[in-house]
Amino acid sequence: MFFFGVRAARADTARNPRARRTPMLPWRAVGTPRHRRGARHNDTVPSTSPLLAITDLRVTLNTARGPADALRGIDLQLARGATLGLIGESGCGKSMTAMAIMGLLPPGAAVSGSIVLNGQELVGLPDDAMCALRGDRIGMVFQEPMTALNPLHTVGDQIAEPLRLHRAMGRSAARAEALRLLERVRLPQAAQRLDAYPHQLSGGQRQRVTIAMALACGPDLLIADEPTTALDVTIQGEILALIRELVEESGMALLMISHDLGVMARTVTRLLVMYGGTVVESGPTGEVFTHLAHPYTRGLFAARPRLGAARVDGRKPLLATIPGRVPELVDLPAGCPFADRCAWVVEACRAAPPAPVVVGPDHAARCIRVGELGAAP
Amino acid sequence: MSDVLLEVRDLVKHYRLPREQLLQPAPVVEALRGVSFTLRAGRSLGIVGESGSGKSTLARLVMALEVPSEGSVRLLGRDLHALPRTELRAARRDFQMVFQDPYGSLDPRQRVGRIVAEPLVGVDAADARRRVGEALDAVGLRASDAAKYPHEFSGGQRQRIAIARALITRPRLIVADEPVSALDVSVQAQVLNLLAQLQQQFGVTYLFISHDLAVIDHVCDEVAVMRAGHIVEHGTTEQVLQQPAHEYTRALLAAIPSVGAFR
Repeated sequence: MFFFGVRAARADTARNPRARRTPMLPWRAVGTPRHRRGARHNDTVPSTSPLLAITDLRVTLNTARGPADALRGIDLQLARGATLGLIGESGCGKSMTAMAIMGLLPPGAAVSGSIVLNGQELVGLPDDAMCALRGDRIGMVFQEPMTALNPLHTVGDQIAEPLRLHRAMGRSAARAEALRLLERVRLPQAAQRLDAYPHQLSGGQRQRVTIAMALACGPDLLIADEPTTALDVTIQGEILALIRELVEESGMALLMISHDLGVMARTVTRLLVMYGGTVVESGPTGEVFTHLAHPYTRGLFAARPRLGAARVDGRKPLLATIPGRVPELVDLPAGCPFADRCAWVVEACRAAPPAPVVVGPDHAARCIRVGELGAAP
Repeated sequence: MSDVLLEVRDLVKHYRLPREQLLQPAPVVEALRGVSFTLRAGRSLGIVGESGSGKSTLARLVMALEVPSEGSVRLLGRDLHALPRTELRAARRDFQMVFQDPYGSLDPRQRVGRIVAEPLVGVDAADARRRVGEALDAVGLRASDAAKYPHEFSGGQRQRIAIARALITRPRLIVADEPVSALDVSVQAQVLNLLAQLQQQFGVTYLFISHDLAVIDHVCDEVAVMRAGHIVEHGTTEQVLQQPAHEYTRALLAAIPSVGAFR
């Protein structure tokens, strides 16, 4: 009898792989494709709860030099259909935040805090349950499309993969859907390109393919990690316009990661500036760009070379630099992580990590002297 | 003009691709299709264009790392591609290169002192050590850093090491291929300032390749816009970027995402 019981369970999961992979969420109709369910989400989830809520997320990595606090208490909320940008320099924790959401942290990383997506807690979720969410509820687009795509499989097969895995679609149905997706991301000659291999496409076309893959299951959240950094500037404009359009059309939320202030200005309505594993400033994109509340945000802005800046004696004046360099995670200072490079630093800055100070509507900065900095230069 | 440093004439470069079909001739890529410009000493010329426009091929030909299919590169009046090998090697002290990737362009197993001293030929050890110290000092590093390995440095510091290596022969021309593209904004600003200071201090001439028009605008006196192996527009930076004559330059400028709407 015991054997029969096990067999029966196996047969059941073979027919419906999702039953094994994911604990069904209460509001989700079993077996109905997501794009036909659409509106039902809001019936059961209170409209006030955000799609994604991260509370006091901390990640500690094991490094050769000892434990390093890669994220030191991240809080963020993202509503359905909203757009949010994470900006900062390498090592600030922006990609680490994305990896934590996707459950792709390096082995040995210790995570604490909470990441709630669609009412489901993701911290501590078993691997197979996380696999069921990735590519289904969470779509991902990475910086380098050539490494994100498998060179040995056709583009059509790669877009069909999440549909076959998460939606249990048949070969021909998945292929038809893949074609529809390629047309939606406006890949020219989509029907012929379905059987092309990644090396036969240009960089911009490949990025369209990875976007089509990310969209395949109609995700609630799209995470785009530097999606245009490897692309030429004219192609970058097209891809950003495409992402913006798809977000508006499908109602999914966008978490955009970039180091480029201009890219952010074009794509997101809300911005988090990260430094040393913390969010140092958060607010509506326009507010952040106008007020530059945190000294680090000011430093980032001033350091950019600007087109058409005035020349003195035929030369451009030197750029304003932020002195020093990004501290390594292992030896971040105990207080404000920016203290060692900040022109406004006082002794109190080094005592404890500063709490967020409200500087405007929905706009806060973690700086104890934010009131004394004056208007943005 | 007497102070012409670099003169590039009708440069053409073809690359033969692997044969696709047995009986048909191998396909050929025309990476450069006739590029000409002159660069005066102490000026800096920016080359902008998208991937595949031929900018890096141009850099490799100017550096005499490859042989052009047609045309000539003259530095200080000498045709680099006509020089005998030994003379070319001696002439290399006048032109040095800085590459994009500060992680890939430094040998991880060599100490910084040896990396920076590599372009020096026929200089005795004590003299070499002194000049390494000077070069490191000029780029804002310490002479004692010569004993360290590249992995002990951050990305921006590695690019400073690469610049020190280019400076050590006291070259007239530095060809920089996307030297700040791999760097973070705040580090990029430090390296751009360094390049500007070195130009004032030593009077070096830059051939500066970048896809970033704002960086070119900051560093260069002149800009050449490349597309599909041609220079489609060439002029002073102000002229090209403020009154672009070519449609492609206008498209490039329009595509730059700016924060102008907010500030």
